[in-house]
Amino acid sequence: MIENIFRPDFFASAIRIAIPLTLAGLGGVFSELSGVVNIGLEGIMLTSAFAAVAATNFTQNVWLGIAFAAITGILLGLVHAIVTVTFKANQTVSGVAINLFASGITVFLSWMWFHESQIMVMYKLPFWGFPIPNPGETTPLVRSLIIIFAHHSPMVFLTIFIVIISHFIIFKTPFGLRIRSVGEYPQAADTLGVNVSSMRYISVLISGGLAGLAGSFLSLEQAHYFVKEMSGGRGFIALAAMIFGKWTPFGTFGAALLFGIGEALAIRLQGIYAIPVQFINMVPYLLAIFVLVGAIGRATAPAADGIPYEKGMS
Amino acid sequence: MAEYLIEMKDISKSFPLVQANDKVNFTVKKGEIHALVGENGAGKSTLMSILYGLYQPDEGDIFINGKKVIISDPNKAIENKIGMVHQHFMLVPPLTVVENVILGMEPRKNYFFVDLQKAAHDIKELSEQYDFKIYPWSKIEDISVGIQQRVEIIKVLYRGAEILILDEPTAVLTPQEVDELFKILKALKKQGKTIIFITHKLNEVMAVSDRVTIMRNGKVVGTKETKQTSTSEIATLMVGREVLLTIDKTEQQTGKIVLRLEKVNSLNQQRYAVLKDVTLSIKEGQILGIAGVEGNGQAELVEVINGLRPITSGNIFLYEQDITGFSPRKIRELNIGHIPEDRRKRGYIADYSVAENLVLGSHYKPPFAKGLFINFPEVNKLADRLINDYDIRPASKDNLLKSLSGGNQQKVIVARELYKKPILLIASQPTRGLDVGSIEFVHKQLLLERSLGKAILLISAELDEIMSLSDVIAVIYEGEIVEILENKNIDRSRLGFLMTGGGSPGKYNTKQDTLVG
Amino acid sequence: MNEKPKSRGDLLFSLMEKFTPIIAIIGALIISSAIILLIGEDPIQVYKMMFGLAIGNRDGWGNVLFRATPLIFTGLAVAFAFQCGLFNIGAEGQVYVGSFLAAFIGFSFTNFPAIILIPLTIIASAMGGALWATLPGILKAKKGIHEVIITIMMNWIAASFTFYLVLIYKAPPTEAMKAANMPQMIPQTSEIALSARLPRIATLLTKLNISFPSHNPLNVSFFIALIAAFAIYYLLWKTTLGYEIRAVGFNRTAAEYAGINVSKNIILAMMISGALAGLVGTNEVMGYKFRWRQEIFINLGFNGIAVALLGKNHPLGVVLAAILFGTLSYGGALVNIYTAGKIPRELIMVIQAVIVILVVVSDEIIKRILLRRKSIQ
Repeated sequence: MIENIFRPDFFASAIRIAIPLTLAGLGGVFSELSGVVNIGLEGIMLTSAFAAVAATNFTQNVWLGIAFAAITGILLGLVHAIVTVTFKANQTVSGVAINLFASGITVFLSWMWFHESQIMVMYKLPFWGFPIPNPGETTPLVRSLIIIFAHHSPMVFLTIFIVIISHFIIFKTPFGLRIRSVGEYPQAADTLGVNVSSMRYISVLISGGLAGLAGSFLSLEQAHYFVKEMSGGRGFIALAAMIFGKWTPFGTFGAALLFGIGEALAIRLQGIYAIPVQFINMVPYLLAIFVLVGAIGRATAPAADGIPYEKGMS
Repeated sequence: MAEYLIEMKDISKSFPLVQANDKVNFTVKKGEIHALVGENGAGKSTLMSILYGLYQPDEGDIFINGKKVIISDPNKAIENKIGMVHQHFMLVPPLTVVENVILGMEPRKNYFFVDLQKAAHDIKELSEQYDFKIYPWSKIEDISVGIQQRVEIIKVLYRGAEILILDEPTAVLTPQEVDELFKILKALKKQGKTIIFITHKLNEVMAVSDRVTIMRNGKVVGTKETKQTSTSEIATLMVGREVLLTIDKTEQQTGKIVLRLEKVNSLNQQRYAVLKDVTLSIKEGQILGIAGVEGNGQAELVEVINGLRPITSGNIFLYEQDITGFSPRKIRELNIGHIPEDRRKRGYIADYSVAENLVLGSHYKPPFAKGLFINFPEVNKLADRLINDYDIRPASKDNLLKSLSGGNQQKVIVARELYKKPILLIASQPTRGLDVGSIEFVHKQLLLERSLGKAILLISAELDEIMSLSDVIAVIYEGEIVEILENKNIDRSRLGFLMTGGGSPGKYNTKQDTLVG
Repeated sequence: MNEKPKSRGDLLFSLMEKFTPIIAIIGALIISSAIILLIGEDPIQVYKMMFGLAIGNRDGWGNVLFRATPLIFTGLAVAFAFQCGLFNIGAEGQVYVGSFLAAFIGFSFTNFPAIILIPLTIIASAMGGALWATLPGILKAKKGIHEVIITIMMNWIAASFTFYLVLIYKAPPTEAMKAANMPQMIPQTSEIALSARLPRIATLLTKLNISFPSHNPLNVSFFIALIAAFAIYYLLWKTTLGYEIRAVGFNRTAAEYAGINVSKNIILAMMISGALAGLVGTNEVMGYKFRWRQEIFINLGFNGIAVALLGKNHPLGVVLAAILFGTLSYGGALVNIYTAGKIPRELIMVIQAVIVILVVVSDEIIKRILLRRKSIQ
């Protein structure tokens, strides 16, 4: 039984499931480290998933589709930043509004432009890395490793690259130091001439762009189509991964992999035991709740997370 | 060369509801230590925030070395070699000393990365120059308040400041730490730095400053050579009338023991002991003052007595009743009054009216509740009475509490906690942030309760307040009561010694002051 | 520290502070006009159609109020939790579970008389919602886990869970299906007992000889919603429980210091909020479809968030906002039909989102203007 589950393709699919969670979770990391809660990640993913499909089909170029998804994400991030940083409105409410907007606008535009509610993707990204060798060509171990790590969409490699880059940006550069200080104690940063608003703007825009990439992965790579509400709460699961990962890039990636393994496992188990599909569908959400309960006491959010910065208020 | 290094001319600045600075003229000479004194709300911090570019004046000009400058933000202040050490430290707790110091002007390597090594080296050099004993790699949250203040000073020096503004730097320090700070200030002066020193403690003005400027109600009411003035002259200028600097305290017969703690222990969320074997008792007609550097378990002690924090072992008695483990409500019902510290956070509901706040905590029982409903006529009746008795202004029960001044907000809390004639009153930092009039009011109320034979637990970071009001002083250090003293002829420096762990042999704090790089 | 006298301008702006929702609605209509123009339609025509058809006659009004009813419940749910400082975006899931429990009672106890079964079904509706809100409440109160993420997760779990249940309690095939030897394909439950159904308003009005289209879905649940709004108002502002819940919402620490049991109030507030959401079952199950089918509930909970924000978390505001959204929803559906799908009904969702953003932004702007006016004499 067990050996039938933990085969190389199981781990490969766990990684694929983890990719959008990682990207959106990193978006959460940037935004929250700077002090802005972004529960609009869900809606940004959804809108970008649509934008990716629409742009791919219109331009006949998947890379342009991905770029459009990122730009869409950045634009929605800009809305969130204007509402929460400039106008200092409630960050959760703004996020909820973005999610409502996303649910509406995606279906609206699907009907407007494509006259249907499910839009197929007409073009595909190439697979990068090694082709899977036939059994017997190499040792089983090498073949397994290639399946797990080396035979993926370019976006998988891109994501891992982004994780590493994010780590260096956040912990090794002046920019990262400023983001962290702004999210912990904006007054302190302000007195040293660090522009709190612009740091938060940049962070929220990055967050939107990353959630946009996550959305493009959902539609272009995982589903190969767009359908309404296809983000399915992944933006929130990504936030759970971010919390479990202690607001760090590697931690978030690790937590996302945990979710990937959980979801992949549930899918395999369903094939073996006749578990109703509805219960399998619940797994990621139950896992998120467990993960959040498990994260208690392990990590604390940035001190100024969720609090608008008012100059002159101490 | 201009006569003055800094000249602020006709500075005005107003905030919602407040005229913070009103045509203020302020001058500082090069190389002097200049004290800026005034009551809370006199406009000292606003004036300095303008000099540091945090606020823009509505009117007026600033000249440095005779040249007019516009200080639009802290960066401009730093360009003009002005640095500021804020009253509430502007340090990011989870970051290291070096990260905090370089924030905003990070040295780089390979273009993209922060050069932490170089920064740490520079900080060490500065630290050695002034004998600061700072280790660059410790996290701010792990070092003592005194050391944190030095980090703030380093931060300013690292930016090449020649003019240092220190906003109430002694408020959080023990007497020993204050002495060391003064040594540092004098050393800085010797190096040619100019220092502006905001305070409301007059003995400090006399001890360290060359000149002193006094502010009241947003205006400058005088600038004096320190040597040619006296504390009483400054005090009169500060308050605008003659003030008695001492409190009239009569002898008071004590009675039965009201509150008794026996070997009380408590842990915080990180399972770290915050109260260790605390044993103390307060009698009827007695004020017991807790002296200690903030963050040594005072807040936890109060929470434990009020049932807000679980204890791991030990017992608490109210008269002979064991109240250990009682819920906060049950303890309140035994008639304990509590004036909490940080009133904005703990003391009142800002968006509730004066009347609603006055029944907070007794809202659920008759006469203020009738069945499931609030009995508004009774609530209003009480509010009218207390507003009159305690002179709460403006005298309307329907005002939201957030629209009241700090002094009147505190009056609401004092009224709420005292009108029920509590058998025990816990007063935690009861005068923090209040003007002189309100402080007098609170002190009078405490002494009145004492004369009525009530037991009072007083917690204050102001050693003067503790020493002038208490009958007995318990010194707390790292969650431990290190000594309990009769308040008779106590030597300040002995208290300071005890407050910094001098009284707990073999338990000298290893984590903090010994962190030498 | 001198209090400055209020000028006429101050009064104008403090009045505006109360009516920011209206500014937001106007703003949202302008932005939507831009979208409609982009599609190549005339916004004036569209709005005329939308509002004219929706509230132009009794049938329209009935439909609008029918659509407003569930939004009153979910709007109250979100607003009530807000008063305790909680953001319940789990109304969606609480609606699913509450209404399913109502349906379950309704089709299980078919031999009960109406006088017992109707109250029982209403209670079941509320209980189901309350039950689903309890876990997030407990996790928030005892562990400090943010309710937003938990309630969202609970929504998805509720969707799967009720879908599983509906397959178990699927309606038997109809006679026609049996004749054609076909199974029941629609995932819906059996109909609830006649004695569990709430009367339609049309039936009541015809008895009073007032003409009202008999097919109109407006039913007694609308009055239950109004009663709920009244009850919530009284609860919040007249009772000790409401005093405590709002105290916790405004300042948790001060409430705790005053001896108020914060955990208890948080859990209770979540349960009451969930119960309000669950009551949607009285409209959709007991008064309209008489059975449970997931799609009739979709987005009712989320739209409750917009309703609550637009209604400024006050029961009266919630009722008015729900009626506005009922109008938009019904009008949007009509426009969709009349323009043969050229203007998708999802435009309404976009308008709602824009309203939400504009409400919070205009709130902040007015607050700032007021502050600035106070600082300038």
